[in-house]
Amino acid sequence: MAEHIDPVPIDVSALVQRTVATLYSHLVTRPTGRAVRLAIESQLARRLGDANGPALSLVDLSEVGVLDFSCADEVVARLLAAYLPDSRPREAFFVFVGVGELHREPIQTVLVRHSLTAVAEQNGEYDLIGATSTPLHDVWRSIEAAGTVPLNELDSMFHVPADRRAVDELIRQRLVLHLQAVDGVQTLSTVARALR
Amino acid sequence: MNVISVPASLDYRTVDELYGAVVEASEAGSKSLVDLRHLRFVDPNGMVALLSVGSLLRDRHGEPGPMSLPESGDVLGYLARMGFFEQAQRFFEFGEIPARRGGRASDVLLEISPIAENRHVHDVVDRVQERAESILSRTLEYPPTAVVKFSVILSEVCQNILEHAEAPGWVAAQVYTWEKRLQRQVLVIAVADMGRGFKGSLADEHATRFSDRWGDATALEAAFMHGLTRFPDSGRGHGIQQIRRQVRRWDGLLSIRSGTARIRDVPSWESDPPMETDLPRFPGAQINIILPARAQAPETAANG
Repeated sequence: MAEHIDPVPIDVSALVQRTVATLYSHLVTRPTGRAVRLAIESQLARRLGDANGPALSLVDLSEVGVLDFSCADEVVARLLAAYLPDSRPREAFFVFVGVGELHREPIQTVLVRHSLTAVAEQNGEYDLIGATSTPLHDVWRSIEAAGTVPLNELDSMFHVPADRRAVDELIRQRLVLHLQAVDGVQTLSTVARALR
Repeated sequence: MNVISVPASLDYRTVDELYGAVVEASEAGSKSLVDLRHLRFVDPNGMVALLSVGSLLRDRHGEPGPMSLPESGDVLGYLARMGFFEQAQRFFEFGEIPARRGGRASDVLLEISPIAENRHVHDVVDRVQERAESILSRTLEYPPTAVVKFSVILSEVCQNILEHAEAPGWVAAQVYTWEKRLQRQVLVIAVADMGRGFKGSLADEHATRFSDRWGDATALEAAFMHGLTRFPDSGRGHGIQQIRRQVRRWDGLLSIRSGTARIRDVPSWESDPPMETDLPRFPGAQINIILPARAQAPETAANG
């Protein structure tokens, strides 16, 4: 299934160095965050060109030392928010990798403030971060354990109304990917593992 | 010529005396001499307050005003080491900049640093990394992760100047031993700007809903307690809220002085009220953070 997706690995640390011009290893201040977000989006546009298929962007924070709340708001929350509506610039999905313990609090805080959820990776372990709930987490884990869940099996697999609502929320927040080739859904983490 | 006598001890508890003297001098109208001769102790709050006063007086009179230097050689040397005079020469006339003697003191975390552009915040965060590690872990006995959390506080507090004051400001940080008050060492971080203050910054977006209750105290409450900003979108207002949360975790004190009011989160070791009003007018904003060394656990202290 991975061949249907264009991988776009993004090293945020390298982006900061390129776009802000000075060698900042720390992601601080809102203007810097805004510059990084725009750089991620322009890199997406450059790499994907006119391709219409889904693309998974791995936003790598592993080389980032300090991440403040203003920068996290721009680089994580506002980036995700821009790709939620139907009018999004392209079919991009985002996974934040190399999310260290000290990155988690700013990211968690800004996502909750925007009522958003993201997929974050640390040491090979993926998890949801942000505005999560127990049903959302449980359903996400179930889909991840299954690998691919065919669309026509979603109702039977998640027959409890709260679980079914969680499936819809995972799709709405683009935390699972609908793969048309197999007419099923996968978590972004499953896709990311396949691509890395 | 008015004389603005600076208190012998100028810190976050006495800056209001200085602001009060400036208000009196401004009512008198003529040019003012800022008299530091009797200054015996000054902390980062006192230094950034002096710069704010200098900026205010220069703008009022259109040129730098006179300042008499401290008689105490120790205070003079300390101000020189903190880079006070490099900043002060824009606002005051005091002759030659006193020479910086000796190297950087180990208890200075951050010399007075101007914050006028985004790059200054990056610069400050970059510069404090090495010294913050030493001061936070060895002096204050905070865990190693404190360096990053402290850097985030520093970044957010400096951005407050750029985003809300729309005027330049300064930041400084220094460790002191508070033997009498706390029997511990404390890290004092002071930020000040001569911008439009919290009331001015929030007025367009929020004044109407507060009606005739709108003032310096309600503006500080709105920002401090409720995270309101002058921006209408929901992603703003993290800064002060996150600073409050982290300072509370470290049992620290956080206060903001703006206009005629001061609001603060009061730790267990402090007895000041959470809100003060009817203070001498200070047009910008001054943020004061005091982080105490971790208290020894009772059994450890008893064993020690």
